This record gives sequence, structure tokens and C-alpha cells, in this order.
Amino acid sequence: MIKFDRVSKRYPNSAPGPDALSNVSLEIGEKELVVIAGHSGAGKSTLLKLIAAIERPTGGTVLVRGQNVGALKRSAIAVLRRNIGLVFQDQKLLFDRNLFENVKLPLSIAGFPPKEAERRVRAALDKVGLLAREKAMPIALSGGEQQRLAIARAVVNRPNLLLADEPTAHLDPDTARDVAAIFRDFHQVGVTVVVATYDATLFPEARRIGLDHGSLLS
Amino acid sequence: MNIWLSHHGQALVLALRRLAAAPVNTLLSLLAIGVALALPAAGQMLLANLLQVTQRAAPALEISVFLAVDAPRPTATDMEAKLKNHPGVKSFRFLPREDTLAHMKKEAGLADVIDALPKNPFPDAFVLLPRDERPEAMEALAAELRKWPKVDHVQLDAGWARRLEALLRLGRTGVWLLAGLLGVGLVAISFNTIRLQVLTQRPEIELSRLLGASDGFIRRPFYWFGVLQGLLGGLSAWLLVGLTTLVLRGPVEEFASLYGIVLSLRPLDGISSLALLALAAGLGWLGTAISLRRHLDD
Repeated sequence: MIKFDRVSKRYPNSAPGPDALSNVSLEIGEKELVVIAGHSGAGKSTLLKLIAAIERPTGGTVLVRGQNVGALKRSAIAVLRRNIGLVFQDQKLLFDRNLFENVKLPLSIAGFPPKEAERRVRAALDKVGLLAREKAMPIALSGGEQQRLAIARAVVNRPNLLLADEPTAHLDPDTARDVAAIFRDFHQVGVTVVVATYDATLFPEARRIGLDHGSLLS
Repeated sequence: MNIWLSHHGQALVLALRRLAAAPVNTLLSLLAIGVALALPAAGQMLLANLLQVTQRAAPALEISVFLAVDAPRPTATDMEAKLKNHPGVKSFRFLPREDTLAHMKKEAGLADVIDALPKNPFPDAFVLLPRDERPEAMEALAAELRKWPKVDHVQLDAGWARRLEALLRLGRTGVWLLAGLLGVGLVAISFNTIRLQVLTQRPEIELSRLLGASDGFIRRPFYWFGVLQGLLGGLSAWLLVGLTTLVLRGPVEEFASLYGIVLSLRPLDGISSLALLALAAGLGWLGTAISLRRHLDD
């Protein structure tokens, strides 16, 4: 599903020091549940961004479903991203739209017919336990609910690859466990799940890839 | 095809929502566009109305030639022969002074006055249609006729209409220039509102890109926004011109009647109205296109 071959990433104008990622080679198979673990600044976010072609590697190649995503054209990147579920560290919810519309956005982008889109939005909201509040605005949600909303949006078009960047940060331990359970559910129905987190204990069964200052821990 | 339609439908709804989201801004923009477009549109409306006046007068492309009152009948007969062979004259008719007298007595109710006069005050006259209807050719013909013996007065009946028409052509050029200038203004308004829209929608644009939106998906709502804003601005211009027409109709009618002209102001005709709306929408689109190129490509 995902293959990193001696991948390096250095951000332009970055301070001297180790690269954000240096010489990382790894493979993530289909239907795997993988945790990218490491301290803050270890390169977890960068690794996820490279998979979704939000950043391009400065060295090496990143293959996703056999495609070299570092060399994709603009339009091909868009197609790639439509087939990846993304949960962002800062969630990126639209606060001027209600829950239903927030979750519907990926389906509008993909051009789903309205009826089918509605059905899928409700299914996704139901999955994360927010169906009753579809008309609410995101600002009215608690931190854990906002995180679940972000997950609903990431999975609404049923991608077979789900990337999540610190989805349990800023959540209390109980809520974090609830959120982790949702990811586990998706993994169990066959979705490849890659979670970057400082707290790998939330996913005890997951394969753990450790990063430290941009390098893989063996 | 269905996906294409639904994409445009969604973009249209989004654009309408964005217009409605800031009603004061929207109204001010529409008013600015409306006033800018109303100026040339009102000019066009006035010109079209005046042009009608000249066109109604234009069939009378006649030249009236009045002989001296004391001219003997043989002079008229001579002239008749000369006019018949004149290459510049298409046709003519002779109005003998006796007929004119009889006509005036009957028609104008001047019988008492005319009877009181010692002799027939009307001259023999010719009314002729020139072969060449261009104003300069007609003037030349009139000048030639004035030199004929016993010709007292030559009158170009449509002269004033022709001069007005020439003036109106000048006016039309002015309207086009004005329209061009204010059209640039409209593009600028559209450019700026779209720039502000892009700034306001920045989080949504970035998120949409991350979720795999195509450039088209991101641009469509802005294009609809620009086109709708232009169209609605055009509509307000149309309403302003309509209102102006109504307000001016009475006074203009009164003024024109002082000059014996029947002029009832008509609003912009269908084609001009459609052209106004299409132009407004098109300029809105153009401003959007330039603005998006400048502010969205990163």
C-alpha cells in the first residue's frame, strides 16, 4: 500500500540541524494498523504529509498504491487525496457550516449524487455518534466531539487508507480511548490505518514505527 | 453530464449563500455596479428615443422650392421642364398657388383672413424628392436651386432632423466611450470583491485542496459569485434606467411638445436590456477570472 524508499525531507529555510526526515525506508501493507510514534518534532506529521502529497520529498521516493506521489501532477494529486481519509492535527473544521455540511464536503468534491451523499453523511455521523446533532455548528461541540466530527469527514467517502495526525492530542484519557476505538473499528473492516501519535499505548495491537529526529528507530 | 450539472448547481447555491452572507456589502457592490452601468444605459435609452424622433421625421426628405409671389406662370412651366431633366431630382410635384389658396381656405379655417386679403399671398411651389439623400448632396442641390431665376426660398424639410441625427451619432460614440470606461470600473469592482472573497474563504479553499478538490471545484463558486454580482448589478442598472424613464417621461413630453414633437420616452427595448445584462454578467466574469488568476494560483 505504502512504500518509502530512502526518503528525506528538508523544509526550505529551515534552521540548521537534522532534516525533518532523513533516509527513511519503510513499508505499510494493506489493511494494516500502524502507529507512527515519536516525540514532538520527530517527523511524524511530515511522514503523513508525504503520503498525502501535501509535501514532496527532497530525496528518495514515496509510493502509494504503486504511484510515485512525489512526482504526481496537480490533477493526479487531487485524485489521490480523494481516496485517502485525512484527520488533521488541527482538525480543519469549517466553523461557518453545520456538522452535516462539514462531513458532506469530501462527497461534494468527489461529485456524489445528493441522495447518496446524504445517506453516507448520516452513516458517517452515526458511526461517530453525532447523528443527532447534524444541524449543530462545530463550535458547539466539545474537543472530543470535534475530533469525532473530523474523523467522520475523513471516512465519509469510504477510503481504504486512513491517515490521522495526533487524533487524540488534547483529549482526556477516556475520550482518547473512545476515539482510538473508532480507528480500531475502521481497521477491523479492512481499512489501512496509519496514526501518528505520541501515545502509542492507545493502540496496543498496532505495529509501531518509531521516529526520532527524522530517523527511523529500529 | 449529471456530475457537471450538480457541481455547477452546488457552486451556484454556494455563491448565492456567500452573497447573502454579507447583505450590506452585497447591496453596496450591486449599487456601485448599478449606478456605473446605469449611466451609459440611460444614455442609450435617451439616444434610442431621440433617434426615433429623427426617423419619424426622416421620410420627409423633401426639398420645397418657393417661387416669388410675382413670378409669372411661364416661369413655373420652364422650371417644370428643367426639373424633369435634372439628374439630381428623383420626382417632384407642382403646387400651383391657386390650389394652395383653396387648400388653405378649406383646411386651415383661414377663409375669413384670406378673403380679406387683396390678392393671393401664396407663391407657386415645387416639392421635390432628391435622388441622392445624403445631407451634403441635398445641401448642394438646394444651393443650386436657390440660384435659379425667380426662386424665392428653398427649404430642406429634413435638414434639422439630419443635423440632429449627426449629433446623435456623436452622442452614441460618447455613450460607447462612457460604457467602456465604466465597464473597466465594473471589472475592477468585481476583481476586488473576489479578492476579498478569496481571503474570507481561505480556510475552506485550503481544506478543499487537502481533500482533493480540483481547481475547477474551487473556482466555480467564485465564478458564479462574480457572474451573479454582475448580473444583479446589471439588473439594478436596468431598474434605475426604468425609473429614470418614468420620472422623465412627463417633463420630456411637455418639453418636446413645445417644439411640436411627439416624444413619449420608452424604456430600454428587449435587445438592449438583454445586452446590458449579458455585458454586466460578462464583465463580472472577467473581473473574477483576473482576480482568481492573481489571488488563487499558488
